[in-house]
Amino acid sequence: MDRERLIKLLVVGTAAGAFSGLFGVGGGTVIVPLLIAFLAFPERLATGTSLAAIVLIALFAVITFSFYGEVDIETGVILSIPAVFGVIAGTALQQRIPERSISILFSILLVGVAVQMFFF
Amino acid sequence: MDLVLALAVCALGGVVAGLIGVGGGVIFVPAMVIFLSMDQIEAEATSLLMIAIVSLFGTWRQRGYGNVDLRDAILIGVLSPIGVVFGVVLANELPERALKVAFGVLVLYVAWRLMKKALRPDRPEPEGSSGQG
Repeated sequence: MDRERLIKLLVVGTAAGAFSGLFGVGGGTVIVPLLIAFLAFPERLATGTSLAAIVLIALFAVITFSFYGEVDIETGVILSIPAVFGVIAGTALQQRIPERSISILFSILLVGVAVQMFFF
Repeated sequence: MDLVLALAVCALGGVVAGLIGVGGGVIFVPAMVIFLSMDQIEAEATSLLMIAIVSLFGTWRQRGYGNVDLRDAILIGVLSPIGVVFGVVLANELPERALKVAFGVLVLYVAWRLMKKALRPDRPEPEGSSGQG
């Protein structure tokens, strides 16, 4: 892996963590646009790679939270069932839409995040 | 009835997660707070468990479609906790309002860049994509 790319990935990982520590936004909100805008990932590759990174990030976080007894495991597992069906449908749907529409959907999400930052 | 609504909204959260590559917490947390009357912290902690499960299945599917760079993902995932510590320290040192406004502006800039890239007319669609229209 060349050096510049490695440094950019280090920045993406640290930034994803820093912004979730700062504002509680999820890692994906930071990872996906940075991979697209600064590492020139195609959208689908950016979203797939983001999901894989989130597995690790969420695992670290949930283990930390579980020490404080805040995780309602039963509710989490029950609600995950429809969510897993959702993510399987969502990824399948994603393969059938133009890549640029993923960027457009993401821009809309980011505007929502900005509004939340400005007004809440 | 509230549980049914929570389940339905979480299914929708999963679809969003799969479509745009986020964990889905942005939808799971309010679903638990509104329909199941959970408090914010408990909902956030529980949503992290859901995010881990949902993104695991999402990664499995995306890997099948050839859309995961596993090495890059591990690098990002492992570094992120260091960033979290950094972020928490920063949050305690700087005024919250200024941080939020600065982040909001940054997010709008990134949204603009994404939109500009998406709408660039000469952009080639990679092979295997259905293209426009």
